[in-house]
Amino acid sequence: MKEEQPLGGKILTPTFLFCLFLFLISLLFIGKRFIYGLGAVTHMSDGYPWGIWIAFDVVVGTAFGCGGYALALLIYVFNKGEYHPLLRPALMTSLLGYSLAGVAVVIDVGRYWQLYNIFLPWYINPSSVLLEVALCVGAYVFVLWVEFSPTFLTKLGADKARDGLKKIMFIFIALGILLPTMHQSSLGTVMVVAGSKLSPLWWTGLLPLLFLISCIFMGWGIVVFESCVSAQRYTLPDETHLLGKLSAVMAWLIAAYLIVRFADVVIRGHLNLAFKGDLLGNMFLLENLLLLVPMCILFVPANRQKAPLLFLSAVSIVLAATLYRFNCYIIGFNPGDGWRYFPAFGEIFISIGIVAIEIMAFLWFIKRLPVYRRA
Amino acid sequence: MEIKRRDFLKGVAGGAALALARPTLALAREKTRLPDAVGILYDATLCIGCKTCMVGCRKANDLTPEMQGVQNLWDNPIDLSAGTLNIIKKYENGTGQDKDREIDGYSFVKRHCMHCVDPACVSACPATAMTKDKKTGIVSYDKDACIGCRYCQVACPFNIPKFEWDNPFPKIVKCQLCNHLVEKGELPGCCSSCPTGASLFGSFTGLLGEAKRRKNMAPGKYYDFPLSSLESGRTQYKPAADYTPALYGENEVGGTQVLMLSGVPFGRLGLPDLPSESYVALSENIQHTLYQGMILPIVALGGLIFLVKKRGDKGE
Repeated sequence: MKEEQPLGGKILTPTFLFCLFLFLISLLFIGKRFIYGLGAVTHMSDGYPWGIWIAFDVVVGTAFGCGGYALALLIYVFNKGEYHPLLRPALMTSLLGYSLAGVAVVIDVGRYWQLYNIFLPWYINPSSVLLEVALCVGAYVFVLWVEFSPTFLTKLGADKARDGLKKIMFIFIALGILLPTMHQSSLGTVMVVAGSKLSPLWWTGLLPLLFLISCIFMGWGIVVFESCVSAQRYTLPDETHLLGKLSAVMAWLIAAYLIVRFADVVIRGHLNLAFKGDLLGNMFLLENLLLLVPMCILFVPANRQKAPLLFLSAVSIVLAATLYRFNCYIIGFNPGDGWRYFPAFGEIFISIGIVAIEIMAFLWFIKRLPVYRRA
Repeated sequence: MEIKRRDFLKGVAGGAALALARPTLALAREKTRLPDAVGILYDATLCIGCKTCMVGCRKANDLTPEMQGVQNLWDNPIDLSAGTLNIIKKYENGTGQDKDREIDGYSFVKRHCMHCVDPACVSACPATAMTKDKKTGIVSYDKDACIGCRYCQVACPFNIPKFEWDNPFPKIVKCQLCNHLVEKGELPGCCSSCPTGASLFGSFTGLLGEAKRRKNMAPGKYYDFPLSSLESGRTQYKPAADYTPALYGENEVGGTQVLMLSGVPFGRLGLPDLPSESYVALSENIQHTLYQGMILPIVALGGLIFLVKKRGDKGE
């Protein structure tokens, strides 16, 4: 079996330097946030206490990081070992997505110096959905670093440690499947308590189920996207045949999701809201159309072997899942009393800075650590 | 192998069925009113909009006035905020002539924490910074526990918890029914200062009885209305208004310890139209169904370890 290898090459490419530049600017805004408070850099308010840092960096960011989960689920639960070559790059994307979601949380919470309270038994509230998310995401970040650590250990030449770790790795792989199942569904449950403040197009007791399914096809979308881009950019082996087989599973999963999604809205009697022609109705239609189109494409076997179609489907699915999460956390959320929210410049820039670190880390990892399998 | 996978899919289907069956489970968890709960009855028909309660609240809670205007002399907050825990607002319609009338009339409305029977903020808070007193039912906040995640603000159907957005070391701020005064047998600042009895403190059961008595009054006839608290002994003799049938807070999201009476429908006064079941019940039922005693996750982990070990041995 081919081993993963570092791709090598220069680190300080123009892309890397541009990301570094963006990150340095975002540091100014981060500094401002810690000196003057959240109000100084964000448009968050008492009506919209959560903005893009939670909706994008945490809720969407961790879904971006579900590639590792989606693949591990297929490989180990559905016994599809042939997908193994895709696993390590996916794991890396997950690691970055989740770690930086953690960074975003530290910037976002008001009383960050007391953040450790959620680990103190006398402070935790077991009824809190957010506690479950926080502990579970925290544990998963740790599990991801352990799962990914063989690459570091190989680089450091600590082969003994690596082989020892491999013996108990099955525990971490199992945890790596369990934990995302728990917190990705809970990210949906988080908004159940918002009740009347969330539009009925999104508010449902099925939020946890919908979040769980959507994170799996989101993870798949990211794996395909990342695989296509890397193959193009670094002339890696074409993985279209593997991705194509996976896509059939995704088409069925999306079909199941759409059935649940529409049946739920219809049964609760709110489908009329979708066709009102207003922002919320259109967002609902757009979000589901972005799933319906790739689903139809992927149901045709011939399409699944065409790399461009796979790529476009993946992009559409990622956009759909992103929009769904934005809709649940911001666009469909209306606290009443005339509150409005649109992110501030500095707020957006901090999110951009976080994505920039993610890209820089990605570039460094694939060039210096054994992530990809060479042709 | 095929059979195994089918079993797994069955499990998934079972989970989905469980999720669908949740509305019935919601009945299993019922939060009832505490026997010694205290509260406030706000009667908009008695309120004259003098805002003395807002001053009383500032004094009782050591809050500095939110000065506005060119000369910075006027304490005039436009809404609840981290600096204002209690506010009087005005509804006006058409010519705005008659008090307590929906059309061509006006009414005042007072907003502060409703002290829910099943508070969303208490359920939401990951660090137990929001607690409901086991005796009085007062919902209060502990800054030493709070991590500043603001989930309480997302969860509250009344938008009550407020955050210090311009403070680098911020807190959540909300009405705590002056529990520091109630503990000593004193009255909340808004009730002790109210000159008309529009804000009335008392035991919840007493206030509920008082509210029902008022709803049965004949409009225009003279009655005694207690001032400040049910037990103050001081009353005001005045004609009863024409109340709307609703008693806000009796059933909203499982009931609140603050009750409101008005001559104008509450929707017009800016109060949200809420179901009688709390959203907390559904949220906690989902959570407890899945995570009670961590049994389900532990079983799942066992199954996964078994599967991964088996696949791993074969695969690599």
